[in-house]
Amino acid sequence: MSDDIRGMTAELAADPDSLVFLDLGEALRRRGQLDAAFKVARTGLHRYSELARAHDLSARILCDRGERDRAFEAWVTALGLDPGLVSAHKGLGFLYYYAGDLASAEKHLAYAGQADPDDTGTAAALERVRAGRAAAPAVAPATREAPAAASVEPAAPAAAEARVEESESETLGAASGLTFSFEESSPSPVQEAVFAGLDGGTDGLLLVDAGGLRLGGGLWNPDGADVADSVAALLAGVSKEAARTARLLELGEWRGLAVECGDGNLFLSAPTESTLLLTVRGLDIPMGRVARFAERASMAARAWLERSE
Amino acid sequence: MSAAAELLHRLSTVRGIRGSVLVSAGDGLIVAESLMTGVDGRAVAALAASLVSRLRRATESAGRREPVFLQLHAAGGTVLAAPCGTELVLVAVAGPDANVGLARLEMLDVSGRLA
Repeated sequence: MSDDIRGMTAELAADPDSLVFLDLGEALRRRGQLDAAFKVARTGLHRYSELARAHDLSARILCDRGERDRAFEAWVTALGLDPGLVSAHKGLGFLYYYAGDLASAEKHLAYAGQADPDDTGTAAALERVRAGRAAAPAVAPATREAPAAASVEPAAPAAAEARVEESESETLGAASGLTFSFEESSPSPVQEAVFAGLDGGTDGLLLVDAGGLRLGGGLWNPDGADVADSVAALLAGVSKEAARTARLLELGEWRGLAVECGDGNLFLSAPTESTLLLTVRGLDIPMGRVARFAERASMAARAWLERSE
Repeated sequence: MSAAAELLHRLSTVRGIRGSVLVSAGDGLIVAESLMTGVDGRAVAALAASLVSRLRRATESAGRREPVFLQLHAAGGTVLAAPCGTELVLVAVAGPDANVGLARLEMLDVSGRLA
């Protein structure tokens, strides 16, 4: 462990509210200690859920882990909080480039380039994207309406039909100050952006099918472990039990299940007959607000399901 | 009247509450009850205990603490449940006109006394 990281770790231990977690998480990421970096980022996000830079840090780490879908949602969330966050524009620029949506990639990289004209890496990346558009205008994929709330958010591609060359992607990622891995089997990030633009799109919103399989969103426990799939599997049973209880007690169709825990509020709802939505928030968010937020997330889930069909 | 029955009776005076039962969490059997006519206490007890049990597993898997209160909203009313420690669950059935906020406060108070 370097002296810098040791010092920042000590500083964070002495003052858990310190924003030094941003520098510590980034330092760990650059050293390739992604699990440790992610744990730092998650802990920081629990304290500063409205801080765009915290979502940006999370997105960078997720990208390095190859989880581009979640990175996309985290960057969209970051831009929802701070539409001018340059690093988030760079990250989204890369992801759109990877997805083959060169027009959206250009918009994000152009914004980043204007905000920081001295950044030669972004300028080079933008030049490459523009060259790609000029060379292959016919392969630009069709676009659909962007789900994001950020005004600077360009339209999201429907599919990554025009995958770029791997070597070019790596070059662009490096130019954007990021390190990425490229598994061709990975889904396009935008294909899974169910809750893009909603706070908690990557942590605290989980869309599950009737069989207990995750459709979108994400859930992490307070220690930073991904618990989405295990919770999704259990939710199917809860939903059936809720429906059975309401029916047998002659209360009609169930509409929602609110659960207060000692350290958080959970709300389970059914956006459609065959899906479930779990919304998780801290105790600082009253249950009434959690329920209202769940309604908005349900609408986003329904829209996404309709687009997916 | 036992202390538990007295507490259930007090809960049943909240507007819209059709009845309440104290349930054994493990087997879903009734320990004490205060129900209006037409409410099937045994069904309430069994179903609520099962629901709470499943929710406990789900919240545990999510890395969260034990549920302290839950509300199942349905078109025709609400089922409210408050675990009293690990062995008992306090359950109430409310109509659509119920003051759920007041019922919640009463139930948390009662569950605290029974735990």
